[in-house]
Amino acid sequence: MDKRKLEENFFIGMMIASTLLVLGGLMSVLIVVLLRGAPALSISMLTQTPKGGYYLGKEGGVLNAIVGSIYLACGATAIALVISLPTALYLSEHARKSKLGSFARQSLDVLWSVPSIIYGVFGFTIMVYLGMRASLLGGIVALALLELPIMTRVMDEVMKMVPSKTKEASYALGATKAETALNVICRQALPGIVMAVLLAFGRAIGDAASVLFTAGYTDYIPRSLFDPAASLPLAVFFQLGTPFPEVQQRAYASGFILLVIVLSLSVASRFLAKRSARYVIR
Amino acid sequence: MSKPHISIEKLNVFYEGKHVLKDITLDIPEKQITAIIGPSGCGKTTLLRCLNRLVDLVDGVRVSGKVSFDGTDVFNNGVEITNIRKKMGLIAQTPNPLPMSIYDNIAYGPRIHGLKDRTKLDHIVERCLETAGLWSEVKDRLGEPASKLSIGQQQRLCLARALTVEPEVLLCDEPTSALDPISARHIEEQLLALKVDYTIVFVTHVLRQARRLADYVVLLYLGELIEYGPAETVFSQPSDPRTKAYIEGVFG
Repeated sequence: MDKRKLEENFFIGMMIASTLLVLGGLMSVLIVVLLRGAPALSISMLTQTPKGGYYLGKEGGVLNAIVGSIYLACGATAIALVISLPTALYLSEHARKSKLGSFARQSLDVLWSVPSIIYGVFGFTIMVYLGMRASLLGGIVALALLELPIMTRVMDEVMKMVPSKTKEASYALGATKAETALNVICRQALPGIVMAVLLAFGRAIGDAASVLFTAGYTDYIPRSLFDPAASLPLAVFFQLGTPFPEVQQRAYASGFILLVIVLSLSVASRFLAKRSARYVIR
Repeated sequence: MSKPHISIEKLNVFYEGKHVLKDITLDIPEKQITAIIGPSGCGKTTLLRCLNRLVDLVDGVRVSGKVSFDGTDVFNNGVEITNIRKKMGLIAQTPNPLPMSIYDNIAYGPRIHGLKDRTKLDHIVERCLETAGLWSEVKDRLGEPASKLSIGQQQRLCLARALTVEPEVLLCDEPTSALDPISARHIEEQLLALKVDYTIVFVTHVLRQARRLADYVVLLYLGELIEYGPAETVFSQPSDPRTKAYIEGVFG
């Protein structure tokens, strides 16, 4: 076999092997978590709050953490969306080449890679300053900060890809910049916007460090924005830290529940992105 | 020459320091087809885009001079550009449907200008698609994405869309260059029919097309206007030797 053919086969082999490695990683995580958590998985895990305390309790479920996580991630995503959509429109439409634009992009990229514990500590400092206790609101704000750079930068990139001739079609009919942004840019970029939102949501629902100090942890379902809120990543963290095997199994079960939520979200996002791509101009 | 609809006076355009249009002065007559011809890169499209100020959207462009349309200077800062653009429909070089259904593409213009009444919108959609010669082909699938139409149909959709906001002028930027010959002929026929009601400014680099359609011809060469007059005169007795050379195919 000649050298070029050999080279070609080598690279194809590399690509297949690395893809399998990634898939294998995902599968083994799922299998290990499922096997370890299986003894503790039951309907009551999903429908009850913990009995005997979240740290040592062996009875009841993690409904407090499931509901808490959903509240936290939904609230944070809503806030982040409201802020990042206009920011991304500004960056991609008005500040594409300006100094402010590139400075903002650079800052967002740095923020994206800031570890989430920093957001947690930052949120905590602000809350202490304001005299607030750990609460759902505090957690939501910290997670929104975590989500903002992800959402904004992804949206910025997809909006930059909207063809100028499509925008021109709108301007040429006498549309204003705002009308064009809402009706044309957002629609054309919709599949990407959906992906941005779900990517950020996934990051938020799986994050432990930023909610540790800000949302706290509790055995109860929060009744107001000022109650502390539990979350699944912290449920895993606390239960795994106990010396009791039964409680450790509950940690894996909680982890499995979190994985199922994230996986179904990712499936739903693919479906949504595909549906919203129906009218997109290619 | 019939009454001028758009008057251009000493129009100069600089693009990042490059002088792309030089001292253009000309009158575009009402309800006639004016063809802007010339070799590629001579500034045809830029001239067209100055008329509805789409040139604003390009970074690094500087314009001086005057474009009067209905008595207002298009480049005057106080002018409401959305109103000017509403009165000048644009048909681009390649079809540019909006990311929505066929119906919504056509209804988009009237909607942004405040029309909400569904029956009136239905009426406009039907009338404009009819005028653009597309109604019979799409009337049963108005809810489908516009991107599913063929390229030729998309261009007629764009023509129909331009008509919805009741423009006075149609600006056409080589509207048939991306189309197959049959679709191109469709568009040409429609433009000839529309001349009765609209002032049409038509950019093309195909001389035969200019001969078929144009009443007046503008020849640009390297950003300068070198010939302007009724089509017959320009083609039979050009005044500038460069025009003669261009028409004979020496360059371009």
